Amino acid sequence: MTTIAFIVQQTMIFSIPLLIVAMGGMYSERSGVINIGLDGGMIMGAFTGTVFLNRMQGQMSGQGLLVLALMVAGVTGLVFVMFHAFASINLKANQVISGTAMNMFAPAFAVFAGRLIFGTQQVPFKDTFFIRRVPVLGDIPVIGPLLFRNAYITTYIGFLIFFAAWFVIQKTPFGLRLRACGEHPGAADTVGIDVQRMRWAGTLVSGFLSGIGGLTFVVPTSTESNATVYGYGFLALAVMIFGQWRSFKILGAAFFFGLMKTIASAYSAIPVIKNLPIPATVYKMIPYIATLIVLIFMSKRSQAPAAEGIPYEKTGR
Amino acid sequence: MSDSSDKNNDNKLNDKPPADAGQVEASEAEINLAAVGRLKGSYSIFSSVMAIVTGLLVGLIILMISNPANAGQGLLTILKGGMTGSVSGFGRAVATSIPIIMTGLSVAFAYKAGLFNIGASGQFMIGGVCAVFVAIKGTMIPDSVLWLVCMLAAMAGGAIWGSVPGLLKAYFKVNEVITSIMMNYIGMYLTKIIIERTIYDSRYARAQAVPLRARIPTLGLDTRFPGANLNISLLLCIIFCVIIFIISSRTVFGFELTAVGLNPDASRYAGINSKRTVVIAMIGAGALAGIGAFMMYLGGTGVYMDTKEIVAAQGFNGIPVSLLAMNHPIGVFFTGLFIGHITIGGENLQLFGYSKEIIDMIIAVIIYCAAFSLIFKQLLHRIIKSRSKFKTEKPGGPGPQGPGRYARPEETEVIS
Repeated sequence: MTTIAFIVQQTMIFSIPLLIVAMGGMYSERSGVINIGLDGGMIMGAFTGTVFLNRMQGQMSGQGLLVLALMVAGVTGLVFVMFHAFASINLKANQVISGTAMNMFAPAFAVFAGRLIFGTQQVPFKDTFFIRRVPVLGDIPVIGPLLFRNAYITTYIGFLIFFAAWFVIQKTPFGLRLRACGEHPGAADTVGIDVQRMRWAGTLVSGFLSGIGGLTFVVPTSTESNATVYGYGFLALAVMIFGQWRSFKILGAAFFFGLMKTIASAYSAIPVIKNLPIPATVYKMIPYIATLIVLIFMSKRSQAPAAEGIPYEKTGR
Repeated sequence: MSDSSDKNNDNKLNDKPPADAGQVEASEAEINLAAVGRLKGSYSIFSSVMAIVTGLLVGLIILMISNPANAGQGLLTILKGGMTGSVSGFGRAVATSIPIIMTGLSVAFAYKAGLFNIGASGQFMIGGVCAVFVAIKGTMIPDSVLWLVCMLAAMAGGAIWGSVPGLLKAYFKVNEVITSIMMNYIGMYLTKIIIERTIYDSRYARAQAVPLRARIPTLGLDTRFPGANLNISLLLCIIFCVIIFIISSRTVFGFELTAVGLNPDASRYAGINSKRTVVIAMIGAGALAGIGAFMMYLGGTGVYMDTKEIVAAQGFNGIPVSLLAMNHPIGVFFTGLFIGHITIGGENLQLFGYSKEIIDMIIAVIIYCAAFSLIFKQLLHRIIKSRSKFKTEKPGGPGPQGPGRYARPEETEVIS
């Protein structure tokens, strides 16, 4: 039981950032803009978020501070992604190239700004956010130890973001319009939807969530940010495709990837796996290989937005 | 000026273009297709230069923010790059350039077929581990050909790694960008496994040193320029650039590549096996990236394959090299040297207390500008062409103008 609880708790730590960022990526892609700059957005969010934590931890501590820092990280991601949105929506640039530029800029900026402010590229912060046991809920049998002990508030925020994001894109008129712009912008335009504005909205959401996801990744796994999120943005992209651009499939994919990451990083603490003669590195490869295999099987009925990556030309209908 | 004759010979490309591109705006009637073609060539260079200038300006701003006193000096250091007087600086710039020229060539070659090879990093790492493995374990191979065998191993490794996204793209229509990214990570972990299981040097937690006899020949360059660490790699780079240029612009296969890149469906209709072309393009791209790793690890510059879980930066750095050259194989050689040059400039920048990541930011801004400069170029071209529509419409409609296509020979060889 303790092993299972441990695995679930660890999986949460790895899955939640992937979930948040993949949902962000979904917003941008379903509005018709490919954003491979998610990794850059995560790095930017992680950087400003930890800088905020570092500066404010004297005055504040605990969950309130973390929530504020998440907001700071989200806004950073939002501002950062504006460059991508401007290039790909207004200037009709190649979105993959622009996203690559984003990914290149962010780590360099984080190192540079870190050195400028702190003298080193590592930004340390005090972890006052760990929740050993949620009052009342932590005492529920079975569910309590799995979900409400040894956790971070980011887990619950992550689920909140997931359900909100699912509701907005699937159940509101705004979501319907956004999806229409990714599937058939011409048709959306004829019924009076401003395609460029919807695409801006989708891309901004992806930036906001990637920023939050960056800090969500750093806080539970470390006590400093180091100008990198270890390719988690790319992994989130894989989660999004693995989940076929659909909210609940993304949820499943995020937990599959999180479980694999947990097995790879904590395999020595899991007795069953420790005894298998497979090197740990193999487990680290599994999520990527699984994505490739899923892509092959899904290729015949891929649910990718039909118009993603194609700039919308009003006159080109 | 050539105003008078234009009226009758509109359809001929080489019909007396204006003497100077700057004078084109003098009269709308003067603009014929040849001038447009030449302008397009100048746009390519112009937009690359604009991207570089913008990048450097942003760099200057960053320098001024972090330390205004030394900003001018800092910018000079970036521009000076490896040219600091000593031959070793030059050697360092060349050594930095060589792998990114090859990965740039890899990206450019795939781009010709309409593919964005963001997986050069994975191909680079696999190529590198193959070359180093053969160099260390290939004790039965004679010294004289060992380096060549290593190169072939690197080519094969890179080609295999590149073929996966190619095959998936051709036969399953899976986007090559995402598969390439996946292959980068799989390659990174596979490299780690291979090194740790076969050629590990546990004292330094990296691969064993490459034996001297497997080094790339120097042809006397090492004695002529002591301390510069030169070998024939740069020469090989030039040869590969020329080979790729000839393949892509002077052969039937190159034509097929371009056709598939511009419109796979139309090229299939024209009888081109577009699936095979896509796969070969990715195999070629992978082989080129693999050779880049061979040149880096067997070049005797003191770089070892390590087992840190970091995706090789040289692959990603091939992207700006290729984009800045507008994906032209010969251009790649020069932009590769340029990026290598300013990278060394960035390392020298640390003498003034700046961090060398400023260069990465400058390069990122350059790619960002390059992302829409291609579009900007086409837009300018379209405007000019529509202005001269009455006089220049060729029978059969306008030529192809997809991303990254080279100027056709008649467009670049205009002599006034």
